[in-house]
Amino acid sequence: MIRRAAAAVVPILVLILVVAVLSVDAFAQTSPDAADTGWFLTKRTNALVILLLFSAAIVYYTRRARKGDKLFVRKIAGLEAVEEAVGRATEMGRPVLFIPGIDEIDRIDTLAGLSILGRVARITARYESPLYVPVRYPMVLAAASEVVQQSYSVEGKLESHNQDMVRYVAGEQFAFTATVNGYMMRERPAANIYMGAFFAESLLLAETGNAAGSIQIAGTAQPEQLPFFIAACDYTLMGEELFAASAYLSHEPIMLGGLKGQDLIKVLIVIAIVLGAILVTSNGSAGNWISNLFEIR
Amino acid sequence: MKTAVPVIIAFLSGLAMILAFFLNPEKFGDIEGEMLQWATIIAGFTLLLGVVSIVRVNWRSVKRLESGWFNKAALLFALFITAIPAVIPVSWSPLFGRDNGSIYDWLFTYPNAQMQSTMFAMLAFYIASAAYRAFRARTTEATLLLLTAVIVMLWRIPMGESVFAAISPDLPDLINTYVMGGVNVAVQRGIIIGGALGAAATALRVILGIERTYMGRN
Repeated sequence: MIRRAAAAVVPILVLILVVAVLSVDAFAQTSPDAADTGWFLTKRTNALVILLLFSAAIVYYTRRARKGDKLFVRKIAGLEAVEEAVGRATEMGRPVLFIPGIDEIDRIDTLAGLSILGRVARITARYESPLYVPVRYPMVLAAASEVVQQSYSVEGKLESHNQDMVRYVAGEQFAFTATVNGYMMRERPAANIYMGAFFAESLLLAETGNAAGSIQIAGTAQPEQLPFFIAACDYTLMGEELFAASAYLSHEPIMLGGLKGQDLIKVLIVIAIVLGAILVTSNGSAGNWISNLFEIR
Repeated sequence: MKTAVPVIIAFLSGLAMILAFFLNPEKFGDIEGEMLQWATIIAGFTLLLGVVSIVRVNWRSVKRLESGWFNKAALLFALFITAIPAVIPVSWSPLFGRDNGSIYDWLFTYPNAQMQSTMFAMLAFYIASAAYRAFRARTTEATLLLLTAVIVMLWRIPMGESVFAAISPDLPDLINTYVMGGVNVAVQRGIIIGGALGAAATALRVILGIERTYMGRN
């Protein structure tokens, strides 16, 4: 009981501490727009405080998970459906199509997509389902090939691995889309999984997959593309769910610890938003004060 | 060792980018720009991997005369007819290189751009079919979505806006304030904040070496 109460109070205390530190920083700067002459950009102290707090939260929960604390993570329907979709592909004798987004590897969405690909490839290896991974950038090709090969190796199914499972298709956005759409209509994959950064081609891909009768699972952090995926796919992972997917599929406590740290920061942000809304509504200048605290210059 | 080296490189690269954000570029130089240049150079080398992948997969189909081999042969022909003249020095002939009037320029401006535009234009039909499915009023939520979509779509066109203005001059502004700037923005910001936190947490897991699946390790 006491532990629960303490856990509820901790975020509020941490928020008060962060606001206090940021306020001291704001007062310390005589003029926020003054040019920084030292080695450290003092105008970004608030970003450093938030970064350290965020890192500390993730490290703290990861350590707790390592010690054996049980962490509750809510069910994500789209990820629960991955294994079912691969199983369906096996029964039907059709391939699984996985697209790790259409952006470069320096995008964090692409890295998240590749992490999920690793988990999906392990399932396809286990079920011995054909896997097809078209990519748009050669760097992603190299990384995705390694991820898929390693997954087959871990499952002891290297003999089922084929070097052409991961293919570089085209560098142009719509040439890539045309190739993948053609593949969908010819091969009719049982499951299409789209995880990563998608742009104008999202609906072209998802609608074609829908017409081909595939189970479709999508995940993206692009808010503009989410309505298209929601309209055309069976399951859609929204925003943070994409980044949580790898940890979720791994079932590893250490990975799940990072998610809990993320949740703590989210609680702090919600408190700051509510506080800011109240302050702006009641007194404009006080609202400006809180928005200045979080402004990255 | 096979795992440790990539993790160390990821950690050092991530740390360098974080430091670049907080350190004064006048004192330390443009660390971020330097790192991005390295990334561009590495990406240039990997382009060859892409070409090898395309040629290997498609050439095999052409050689075995598999179904659709003719399309694959056309792809290989298009690949080489675009790439080879582009890498030959322009000093040999104005048709080479990538300047205006070169073969590459012609292929890019006429066939390529038109085909891309065609694909993009097809999006209108896909939007119509997806909207038909999404807006079917089967449940209360779907009916609310349909009504909101009809109001917003009418408001977005001049005729609809004039109809709304005839009902009440403030109505277009109210739709803008409460539907687009209120409900719509609130939901989008929720997703953006969640996404940004998720991205930051993933980046941190990658830098700290907790997340290694992206490099084929568990």
